[in-house]
Amino acid sequence: MTVTTLRTLEEASMLYHLTGVTKRYTQGRKTIDALAGIDLQIADGEFLVIQGSTGSGKTTLLQMLGALDRPTSGSLIYEGRDVAKLGEGDLGELRSHSYGFVFQSFNLIPTLTAQENVETARVPWHVRGDERRRRAMEALAGVNLADRARHIPSELSGGEQQRVAIARALVREPKVILADEPTGNLDERTRDDIIGLLEELWRERGQTLIVVTHDTWVAGRASRRIWLEAGRLMPDETAERSAERSAAEVVLA
Amino acid sequence: MFFTYIYRELRRRHRQALLTALGLAVGVALVVAVSAYAGGVSNAQDEVLHSLYGVGTDITVSQTAKLGEGGPQQFGMQPPSEAKRGKTFNRDAITASPGQQALAASKVQTIAGLDGVSAAVGSLSLSSIHVQGKFAQISGGSSSGGSSSSSSAQPAAGATPQAAPSQAPINVSSFSISGVDVSDLELGPLSSGEVTTGRSFTTSETNANVALVTKAYAKQNSLAVGDLKKIGGVKFEIIGIVTLPSGSTSSDLYIPLARAQKLSDNSKKVNQIYVRADSAESIAAVKTEIKTALPKATVTTAQDLADQVSGSLSSASSLADNLGKWLAVAALVAAFAVASLLTVSAVSRRVREFGTLKALGWKSRRIVGQVLGESMVTGLAGGVIGVALGIAGARLITAFSPALKATMGSTTAQVGPGGAPGGGMIEALGNAAQTVTVQLAAPISLNLVLLAVGLALAGGLLAGALGGWRASRLRPADALRRLD
Repeated sequence: MTVTTLRTLEEASMLYHLTGVTKRYTQGRKTIDALAGIDLQIADGEFLVIQGSTGSGKTTLLQMLGALDRPTSGSLIYEGRDVAKLGEGDLGELRSHSYGFVFQSFNLIPTLTAQENVETARVPWHVRGDERRRRAMEALAGVNLADRARHIPSELSGGEQQRVAIARALVREPKVILADEPTGNLDERTRDDIIGLLEELWRERGQTLIVVTHDTWVAGRASRRIWLEAGRLMPDETAERSAERSAAEVVLA
Repeated sequence: MFFTYIYRELRRRHRQALLTALGLAVGVALVVAVSAYAGGVSNAQDEVLHSLYGVGTDITVSQTAKLGEGGPQQFGMQPPSEAKRGKTFNRDAITASPGQQALAASKVQTIAGLDGVSAAVGSLSLSSIHVQGKFAQISGGSSSGGSSSSSSAQPAAGATPQAAPSQAPINVSSFSISGVDVSDLELGPLSSGEVTTGRSFTTSETNANVALVTKAYAKQNSLAVGDLKKIGGVKFEIIGIVTLPSGSTSSDLYIPLARAQKLSDNSKKVNQIYVRADSAESIAAVKTEIKTALPKATVTTAQDLADQVSGSLSSASSLADNLGKWLAVAALVAAFAVASLLTVSAVSRRVREFGTLKALGWKSRRIVGQVLGESMVTGLAGGVIGVALGIAGARLITAFSPALKATMGSTTAQVGPGGAPGGGMIEALGNAAQTVTVQLAAPISLNLVLLAVGLALAGGLLAGALGGWRASRLRPADALRRLD
């Protein structure tokens, strides 16, 4: 009885509650289960790292968590709502209010300035233009890029572009920041900068930070790590071992 | 944000945008130039018809003379007695125009009363032949004397004077007169005329001795406003000089209808009725009605006349209708296709961009709107450039087009016995084919400009709709695609 109550309480504090989440892609006659029955709970304020080899389904899982796509089967409860059952309009609403995305290739709009790129994140909110611009400048100041506001992405370094992307993710003050290989296209020093920035923001703002990465150094900074293999979640101890093994490989290499 | 984004995106791929805009511009320019050209040809046709026919006249009614009518006229120039030989003589003869039989003036009222007829007026065209000379001293054979025509009179067979045998010079001068209904000058022979000096008839001058003279005749005979002109022995005051469009079949002088009837002993008779229909649609029905009411009359509509027009004007018209139209349509279709393909391919290259925006929560509608906005701006630019090119093209056509010739065929005009041509209106146009020369101008109307810009915008809309449809099908998950 006591155990059940505790469990319910624990579940209630969970931000995400995934049960048997499966994502099936059909290509001609071939069907691929990118995700094959994921059971996962993510607490509010966690710094979670998703690791796995190429094609293991980590990006697909991130898409599910960011409501970019719906699972084929299973349930994905976010704050009490089943994302699998939401319509396209509600998904858009959820994306624009709850999540902030950071992409490996930054995904800035090449024609817009840093400030305008940050503003795009607040466009779906239909706020006034001057308010939108003010918030974008604040967000850029938060990533130390206020002086680069008028530059277009091609005039910025990779690290600066990713900072703009982070500012764009943060300008809406989302509950969850989802980052897909955020340091994949950056050199080591810039990587440290960006991860340092994300960590700092996570600590200061108490947001949930979910990062997909190959990088064991990045993974090492997380409060929790999960390991995906062929669309399935490895048991925690296996995850630890795999992580150690890949770390060893890195050392040997 | 909407306009900033459109502006930046178009600036980024300005070459492609310019190419799309120019494609649309060429299509639109062709539409403008061809339409302007077609409009010019149509105006030229109207001009020809008006000059032949009179503005505002939809139908004319006349009756072909029966054999023998309007035939040779006795001038009474046989010397009455020996005593008069060597004396001068001076004769005037006024007759109704040959080949046309007089109609009772009451028919005008009959026609005016028909359904679909807005107005009808009658006119009476006359020829006046004035012979002056000396009676011959010696009675000779019946061969014609040396006569010199002092005017470019129509050498109609029925009016050839049987000159008396004479050695002495005889002057024959002839001129044509139209009796016009002064109560309605908007319809009838004077409708296309313009009084350049003096004044026109007033409605009260139904029986006044006043006349209008054509500019050409006035010049030829040194007549001015205020001068007196003797017609059939009666002095008429010239109140105005009238100019008629080139090529029109005009009389030399115009006098009130009642005076013309009196002078030629044709009281209550007319030989041409001009009819105005209520609307263009009712013309055919009115024609049938008139034919029923006046079975013997020749009824001619403007369309009948237009069908007779041949020559370079007619070629120009078929050029505009056939080649020009299809060229413009083909260019537009090609421009629309190019615009659509370029837009769709541009969207395809922006998969990650739109995916990212969707991941940021942008609604599909907003992204479609963005793509539409970009291509509408391109379309608008194409429209503006196209209109400019089209206007330039139309100017070139106006500047360099040669004068067009319209020929009224003589093939359909029946030639009656004695050379008196029949066929009502056609006859009135001259004995043989009559050629009218008009200058072609390609006019640009506001409607045409609006149509052109509308077409370019439609092209932009089509391209944008296809591109937008492509963009709306992108999934937000595409934002995470690694390949680029």
